[in-house]
Amino acid sequence: MDFKFTEEQERFRQEVRNFLEEELKQGSFQPSCDAWIQGYSPEFTKKVAHRGWIGLTWPKAYGGQGRSNIDRLILTEEMLRCGAPAACHWFADRQIGRSIIAFGTEEQKQELLPRILRGEAYVGLGMSEPEAGSDLASLQTRATADGDDYIIDGQKMWTSCARFMTDIYLVARTDPAAPKQRGISEFVIRANLPGITITPTIDITGSEAWAEVFFDGVRVSKNYLVGEKNRGFYQILNQLDYERAGLERLMGNYPLFDAIVQFARETKRNGRPLAEDTLVRHKLAQLQIEFEVGRLLIYRVVLVMDEGRAPNWEAAMAKVYSTAFEQHLANMAIEILGLYGQLVAGSKWVPVAGMASHSYLASKGYSLQAGTSEILRNIVALRGLGLPES
Amino acid sequence: MNFTLSEEQEMLKKIARDFLIDKCPKTLVREMVADEKGYSPEVWREMARLGWVGLAFPEKYGGNGMSFLDLAVLLEEMGRACLPSPFFSTVVLGGLPILEAGSEEQKQQYLPRIGSGETIFTLALTETSARYDAASINVKAMADKETYVISGTKLFVPDAHIADYLLCVARTNEAAATENGITLFIVDARSQGIKSTVLRTIAGDKLCEVVFDRVRVPGKNILGRLDGGWSVISRVIEQAAVAKCCEMVGSMQQVLEMTVAYAKERKQFDRHIGSFQAIQHYCANMATDVDGSRFTTYQAAWMLSEGLPCAKEVAIAKAWAGEAYSRVSTLAHQVHGAIGCTIDHDLQFYTKQGKAAALTFGDGDFYREIVAQKMGL
Repeated sequence: MDFKFTEEQERFRQEVRNFLEEELKQGSFQPSCDAWIQGYSPEFTKKVAHRGWIGLTWPKAYGGQGRSNIDRLILTEEMLRCGAPAACHWFADRQIGRSIIAFGTEEQKQELLPRILRGEAYVGLGMSEPEAGSDLASLQTRATADGDDYIIDGQKMWTSCARFMTDIYLVARTDPAAPKQRGISEFVIRANLPGITITPTIDITGSEAWAEVFFDGVRVSKNYLVGEKNRGFYQILNQLDYERAGLERLMGNYPLFDAIVQFARETKRNGRPLAEDTLVRHKLAQLQIEFEVGRLLIYRVVLVMDEGRAPNWEAAMAKVYSTAFEQHLANMAIEILGLYGQLVAGSKWVPVAGMASHSYLASKGYSLQAGTSEILRNIVALRGLGLPES
Repeated sequence: MNFTLSEEQEMLKKIARDFLIDKCPKTLVREMVADEKGYSPEVWREMARLGWVGLAFPEKYGGNGMSFLDLAVLLEEMGRACLPSPFFSTVVLGGLPILEAGSEEQKQQYLPRIGSGETIFTLALTETSARYDAASINVKAMADKETYVISGTKLFVPDAHIADYLLCVARTNEAAATENGITLFIVDARSQGIKSTVLRTIAGDKLCEVVFDRVRVPGKNILGRLDGGWSVISRVIEQAAVAKCCEMVGSMQQVLEMTVAYAKERKQFDRHIGSFQAIQHYCANMATDVDGSRFTTYQAAWMLSEGLPCAKEVAIAKAWAGEAYSRVSTLAHQVHGAIGCTIDHDLQFYTKQGKAAALTFGDGDFYREIVAQKMGL
């Protein structure tokens, strides 16, 4: 048992911090909530790529750094701590690259991985559909074989980063006759192909958080099918674990946490700093306690990964917990702000740059995306605790 | 970064688990709730023979020279078994402070006899205010030539009725700042003027009122420095809080396993109730609380073991585990149904001990305040 980082890991953390502090000083970005998924900055992504921090854990043979998942955790922890705009490369670095390395052909690896590593490929996810949410295997988007090509028809939704993605990861039905889990395949294709239409979905905060992606007779070469045909559903499960496993589920709103603590220190009510009010102190302390619990639950997931095991129920548990924390954080922040809590960014009198009201609304979706909390609890109960299928 | 136990610790855990399954069945737990002494001297002697009582003392004091982290492993298993024993009082509240603050002579005198199981210790800390801060220490020790005379009432003192010695936390200087006038005394429990009364508690553990009526203690029985006792006690409170967390982690793990086993076996509507999502989600929530408690607890235990400052980590662990335990036991009862609420069911031991453990050595509010301070608020 050992709860500290090695000196080398601490040095790496410091290196990441120095880089981010320098970027902040130069004004290359403003800390913001949800920046890992909404913060669009090709310049920032290229700087991260230049340092070798995309594909940190990928094998050296594919241009990665062959480093541990703990190192990647340190990197992402620092990025999230200052709300850095990492959305361009986040998905590709987290799951798509790994997926291509695990299941892709040599040609696919040569084509896509270097582009991701250079910070030039921004990959969106095409999984959910109108009739396939938690029940992903019911998806209806089809990829029909036609000579050396597939023709893709259908619709994806809740695709994040769609407005700037260069590529899209896609799950589509390749055998409509087979049982639903056994007729699905994975593809990674360019997002600008003829027949692809992207329509933004405005979320509860008013942002273009997601999009519907329509495929109308989109022709792609068979070379873009990833892994084994009709085995896509089984390949994807591993990817979903990675999608759930990270600190972004806990720290997406970390800039708000920082800001509300600062606010409590600096703001006086009736001549007394808010931070001296027992109720406020205890709310913030409780958030800190919950945060540290979440952090350790996520560290455990990463340690499982570094042992060479796929994190499964461990990732599910960490995500259920963490998204509930994010919702609690936003709610507490609003309670501390009182009437000011409803003001949105840009309003006269708005405190903490409007992050509280934004996070309060945005966080409603956290317990839905990448596995609803209900599905994730099922995973913990069935695979973690061995309870019987319903 | 590594959250797993070493091979030796896994072995210790297994030996402890097997021993306690054998020697501490729930029939013993049940018997001891009603027993006047509240523990089995026979099991206690065997624990001492196994080297558990002196586990964390250096070899030169007859111990095994193992760490606080090793002790944590043992405490977890004791919590899992609901073991009724003076182990916590004697080792965590008596032995560790002597090891930390005692003179060489005191260590020579007391530690080997603690380790061998001959001597039972406890700590007389809390008073009628039932708080854990320096300001709450009002029992006085007045210097009188070579001795001190202690007067006042201590409350919630565990195992005082069977203890051979009490570490008494008393105020020796009222003019000094709150934290600077407190001294620790090693008090022979048979001294004239001591009266211990066992209180009736939910868990049936033996918490006592101890009245000191002009109890005379030789000056050489001061543990640590005169007027400098609070820094020792702060450390004891941290260690005791984490040790309680370890017991709670073991108990919660057992409650989770009992609940999952019951959900797999109990049928209603011709199905195992564990196949219902409502029950599954309760169990998943329980598992999350148990794991969160486990990691925060072991983080604090590891830091204590390494001698690192960890007031914040201790506070996080104790605040979380106490409240997590309450949620876990509520859900356990919900899954067990009414049978779990009967006096004949084992679950009630855990429900009661969990609440007692949550209250002792600082509750959620106490530690939230500490966390707030550490956040710079």
